[in-house]
Amino acid sequence: MAEIEKTAPAAQTAPGTPAAPAKKPKRPVTPGVAALRKVVSDVYAAAWEAKKAGRPVGWSSSKFPCEIAEALDLAVVYPENQAAGIAAQHDGQRLCEAAEDLGYDADICGYARISLAYASGVETTNVSRQMPQPDFVLCCNNICNCMTKWYENIARMHNIPLIMIDVPYNNTTHVDDSAVAYIRAQFDDAIKQLEKIAGKKFDEKRFEEVCANANRTAKAWLKVCDYCRYEPSPMSGFDLFNHMADVVTARGKKETAEAFELLATELEKNVKEGKSTLPFPEKYRIMFEGIPCWPELRALFKPLKANGLNVTAVVYAPAFGFVYNNMDEMMRAYCKAPNSVCLEQGVDWREGLCRENKVDGVLVHYNRSCKPWSGYMPEMQRRFTEDLGVPCAAFDGDQADPRNFNVAQYETRVQGLVEAMEANKAAKEG
Amino acid sequence: MGTKYTLGIDVGSTTSKCIILKDGKEIVGKSLVAVGAGTSGPDRAIKEVLESAGLKKEEMSYVLATGYGRNSIEMINDQMSELSCHAKGASYLFPEVHTVIDIGGQDVKVLQIENGVMVNFQMNDKCAAGTGRFLDVMARVLEVKVGDLGELGEKSTKQVAISSTCTVFAESEVISQLAQGSDMHDIINGIHHSIAARVVGLARRVGVRDQVVMTGGVAQNIGVVSALEEELGHKVYTSPLAQYAGALGAALFAFQKANRKEKEKSQASQ
Repeated sequence: MAEIEKTAPAAQTAPGTPAAPAKKPKRPVTPGVAALRKVVSDVYAAAWEAKKAGRPVGWSSSKFPCEIAEALDLAVVYPENQAAGIAAQHDGQRLCEAAEDLGYDADICGYARISLAYASGVETTNVSRQMPQPDFVLCCNNICNCMTKWYENIARMHNIPLIMIDVPYNNTTHVDDSAVAYIRAQFDDAIKQLEKIAGKKFDEKRFEEVCANANRTAKAWLKVCDYCRYEPSPMSGFDLFNHMADVVTARGKKETAEAFELLATELEKNVKEGKSTLPFPEKYRIMFEGIPCWPELRALFKPLKANGLNVTAVVYAPAFGFVYNNMDEMMRAYCKAPNSVCLEQGVDWREGLCRENKVDGVLVHYNRSCKPWSGYMPEMQRRFTEDLGVPCAAFDGDQADPRNFNVAQYETRVQGLVEAMEANKAAKEG
Repeated sequence: MGTKYTLGIDVGSTTSKCIILKDGKEIVGKSLVAVGAGTSGPDRAIKEVLESAGLKKEEMSYVLATGYGRNSIEMINDQMSELSCHAKGASYLFPEVHTVIDIGGQDVKVLQIENGVMVNFQMNDKCAAGTGRFLDVMARVLEVKVGDLGELGEKSTKQVAISSTCTVFAESEVISQLAQGSDMHDIINGIHHSIAARVVGLARRVGVRDQVVMTGGVAQNIGVVSALEEELGHKVYTSPLAQYAGALGAALFAFQKANRKEKEKSQASQ
């Protein structure tokens, strides 16, 4: 859930150590990607600025309604984005182990362990993801249930307020009116609590402005995601994971909407010119199910590249496109998260994406960090194969803890998937 | 077109197997060395198979490697996953196969086959329970040879329950059962059912359809095969060549690829 880190980790080379060999020059980034990176950097910078000025800084779960804090001009940073960034820069295991030293079990989500270690004062070597300690925390359990205990622990560690919005699990494909009323009451209460923290009154006009920005961001983001429908796709599907950093940390900002709109124009241009950000020809199109193993991105990408596999469907990405026209719709939008909807809804989303984005197979990450997500995958896999007629391969891994991933096992499964897709294609072509 | 010899090499985690096929049909050489990837096993297996067939490396039209160590063999033309190769080998041995169960040294695979081709599969997670390694560990604790487990288990009169969730915990359970005086044959029977329970969980995810064929070294263990039949409710077919199924599949794919290469070459020269 983070922009793959482009910045160097904090220098650790001792004076007098010979310089490392020159690295391959990095490909220049497009203006859209540069704008997106700036948005995220600005979020972290604004938090540091607020802390230095004595203003409160919040830590928020990724799907807490960002509109409230944004309308109150409160500085907020996002531990999930931070943890992904730390993991991608290979500092995740150290922080996971630090959390385990504090008594947290190794079975707990890797993001949570990294965040709890950081909250306890363990600094990261990834300078771009260093952030000030919190004065309040914003928790919404629509993204996962582990979140509640994770944030309770941070609140207790720092003796700070926890503002909680509890989103009931959806047993049906529609959101009941009673759920909307329940969430709305908590939303209104969160406003009151945050008014006290911000030391200012909630301004409805400013709130409407923020909501307009958030909707504009969501629409531009969904448009970006939709470009994966083209054959070949004008982008590498892993770009979506990278760009999620913006939709997680800065949905309510005008600059985010503008950056996504700029990216969309670049993708449109790619389509017209037959170009793509994928650094190899697209031979097969797959759905990648789950969060990537951030510490193992290179290993994750290698067999995909070797076999011409592009990720053209990712359920996690469009799940952050919250579009709404009024307060009730906003509450309903925040009920729609992969881990808070029933199996039927989850299958429907994914199969819709697979059909629209024309996938040949599915690669499932059984993510040791995310039990709810991984728990329902065997049944989903069964349905994908039955309903879509495509092969599915699964591998074990973790979004943040590299100890749960094995390269050889992963490579065999990807190769098996490729061979099954080849056979499937040959059978369809007769 | 002259005779084509193709060589399939299956470098597993614990064994190295080779098969030489004549014209994609007749097995003219086979070898098995009881050490696998990262050892002298692959080279020895290649040397032995060539000797058994009375052929030289240069006479091979195509060489294809598979298995865990497939990327470390130098003399090959191509490599493929052991998933496809076991599917191919099993389909050669049993043309009516729809489900292949392969228990190897460190993994378990269940393959769904349609018209001799793998269309879907499931593999074990990052855990040794249910694999050949599980049997190795148990045989060591019981002080018997792993190859004798099948026969010894047949002498059981009742089954002792052994956990199927973890090799380490299962080992402790076996030690406890021995300490309590349980009969060794019954413990072995329990071990076989423990493996079967683990494999059946995977198999049901793919879907089990007749014929069910078991490949891999563990297929030689009659106790595991019987336990699988019992747990699955399907007859499980095996072959004396079960352990060679991956190498056989590799040699069959090698034959297809050799023909394709020859065709492309002749088209290019026209």
